[in-house]
Amino acid sequence: MRMRQTWTALRALVILTLVLGVGYPLLITGIGQLALPAQANGSLVRSDGAVVGSVLIGQSFTDADGNALPEWFQSRPSAAGAGYDGGASSGSNYGPENPDLVSAIQDRKSAIESLESVTASEIPADALTASASGLDPHISPAYALLQVPRVAAARGIPETQVRALVKSFIQGRDLGYLGDPTVNVLQLNIALAKLG
Amino acid sequence: MDAAAADPTIWLFLAQLGSVVLVLALVYRPLGDYIAATYTGTRTLRVEKGLYRMIGVDPASEQSWPSYLRSVLAFSAVGVLAVYALQRLQPVLPYSLGLPPTIEPLAFNTAISFVTNTNWQSYSPELTLGYTVQLAGLAVQNFLSAAVGIAVAVALIRGFAYRSSGTIGNFWVDLTRGTLRILLPLSVVAAVVLLAGGVIQNFSGFQEVTTISGGTAVVPGGPVASQEAIKLLGTNGGGFFNANSAHPFENPTPWTSIVEVLLFLVIPFSMPRAFGRMVGDNRQGIAIVGTMAVLFVVSLSLMTWAELAGSGTAPQLAGGAMEGKETRFGILGSTLYATSTTLTSTGSVNSMHDSFTSLGGGVALVNMMLGEVAPGGVGGGLYGILVVAIIAVFIAGLMVGRTPEYLGKRLGAREIKLASLYILTTPTLVLVGTALSFAIPAVRQDVEGTSIWNPGLHGFSEVLYAFTSAANNNGSAFAGLTANTPWFNTALGVAMFLGRFLPIVFVLALAGSLAAQDKIPVTPGTLPTHRPQFVGLLIGTVLLVSALTYFPVLALGPLAEGL
Repeated sequence: MRMRQTWTALRALVILTLVLGVGYPLLITGIGQLALPAQANGSLVRSDGAVVGSVLIGQSFTDADGNALPEWFQSRPSAAGAGYDGGASSGSNYGPENPDLVSAIQDRKSAIESLESVTASEIPADALTASASGLDPHISPAYALLQVPRVAAARGIPETQVRALVKSFIQGRDLGYLGDPTVNVLQLNIALAKLG
Repeated sequence: MDAAAADPTIWLFLAQLGSVVLVLALVYRPLGDYIAATYTGTRTLRVEKGLYRMIGVDPASEQSWPSYLRSVLAFSAVGVLAVYALQRLQPVLPYSLGLPPTIEPLAFNTAISFVTNTNWQSYSPELTLGYTVQLAGLAVQNFLSAAVGIAVAVALIRGFAYRSSGTIGNFWVDLTRGTLRILLPLSVVAAVVLLAGGVIQNFSGFQEVTTISGGTAVVPGGPVASQEAIKLLGTNGGGFFNANSAHPFENPTPWTSIVEVLLFLVIPFSMPRAFGRMVGDNRQGIAIVGTMAVLFVVSLSLMTWAELAGSGTAPQLAGGAMEGKETRFGILGSTLYATSTTLTSTGSVNSMHDSFTSLGGGVALVNMMLGEVAPGGVGGGLYGILVVAIIAVFIAGLMVGRTPEYLGKRLGAREIKLASLYILTTPTLVLVGTALSFAIPAVRQDVEGTSIWNPGLHGFSEVLYAFTSAANNNGSAFAGLTANTPWFNTALGVAMFLGRFLPIVFVLALAGSLAAQDKIPVTPGTLPTHRPQFVGLLIGTVLLVSALTYFPVLALGPLAEGL
């Protein structure tokens, strides 16, 4: 009796694995590649013909040592690998009372104060905290607008022009009430590069 | 926060909650009725006939409860061996991305984790598992463990519905129908919706690109949409990526996030309708779903309040509790997901619970401690709350001095013993597991030296959270904890296994003894179990059972840290 049950179980598992583990994902892959190829392949973005990333995956705009490049809008802090490592998504998992997190926030605060020439109270929370995925492609509109004077100065473009560009990239809440308003950093920077 | 900023937040919260409630309310009847029809219908589809023939099962026959249980256990055992073998054989499987075999303790933990519908992940998927293990091992168990859970719940419903019966259904038929008629079609629709939102579905591996600032970036690939759909629908929760549903390729937008929440709420919240329908009194289902809904709304409000208030040193310094949260979801999108995932035994996350405020993270912990009944997992939620209902009726019966009965079935010593054993199982596993982690000197050294990430009280909460999650088959984590150690892989593996299958043994035994009884007629002395009064009694019992058990450990962890 017991052997028979096991034999039944084994056969059921093999057949269902073929249906659910092979047939089903292939069906979805077929639908994705035929009907929704842009999304299925990662919403890739091109600039001058070359793929420069995915609109959904955040990137860092820093030099090799992790210092902010002043001519680009900066993403949030990231705990994915050495920062925005698409092969190692992760949050920091620091608890609210962790002294390492407290000092990291303090350091980020002073770095942004000097980079953007602003006072601490003007800096929004997303600029000081690492996201859940470490690959957050967005920043808040407040953080984007905060970076306008520095980016404009570094590029020698009028501030009003850069500010208008940022405003055109502010994405409202989905359906007007879901999530928070955002700015996609990669899309903004691509448009920025076209300004000159 | 000034009044002008606070006002829209409240409205946004209510609009979001209102949408969830509206969708679930609209789906409740049709989906619940469909589930009931799936398990009571006599028609066999042609593909099902073929399957029964190949596995050697007569779909017209029914099983006694011990036989049903043996089938559940045999099927699950075979599943554990298959997932274990696939991981160990990884290098020879196609699309393994050059990854080595998973080490033994981790392979053991992961195999149990996915077969028990827990989806605890001691590993980082990107760095550990290739596509074949994810598809043929993990995603398959995402379907099957969910179908097993629903089957057990249906068997318990039959216990109430049948009269003087020696059988409680046929496991193989229940498994097949749940998989092919409910989970698979819904998953196909869900996967396509998620694809449209930006979830990927390819076999490209990791693509390296040169960025516009001259650096390099990695864009990961993978068959994600197909796995994401069943991961959520089956209240599984195991992420394709380490960041789980916070990863933009698993959950790209605020609207996909609420769709994902609906995906894992929809079956558990419709099961009470299937229950009401099968026992022939829809009001009984309404009372159960009402209990679940009240607990859900209260819990969501508490967690949202805690996160918006953002107390704690780091959130105060940053000006908001945004550590471990994605910009696109914001706080409201994060707490909706976190509440839903911890109340459903799903365990996938769109924000990092370890970084929540002390009280917000504490609510996530308490949600699991309630026993995953509001609404709980796809099947486990319903059988869990029915066991609590039995306890509630028993308590009420003691108060008025009558033999307790529920849905026309007398609850004698045997039934109450089984329900009590069920209630005791998970708290025992949670408390013993946590205690052993600190009581055995060598283990304690390893736990404190290697595993715990955050210092102080929060580190204790990480361990407590891990065992609570494992024993309740949730799978979410205070993910700072390094769980890929021999101790945690083994102890959590055992907790998941016993936390899943001991309750199933008790539930099926209960189903058997209820099915064997004839129905007793309703008298003026019968406690009505469809009125608001009973909903109140049931909520009280859920809270009483868990609060009394867990209050001391909560006081050592999140309460001490947050107050």
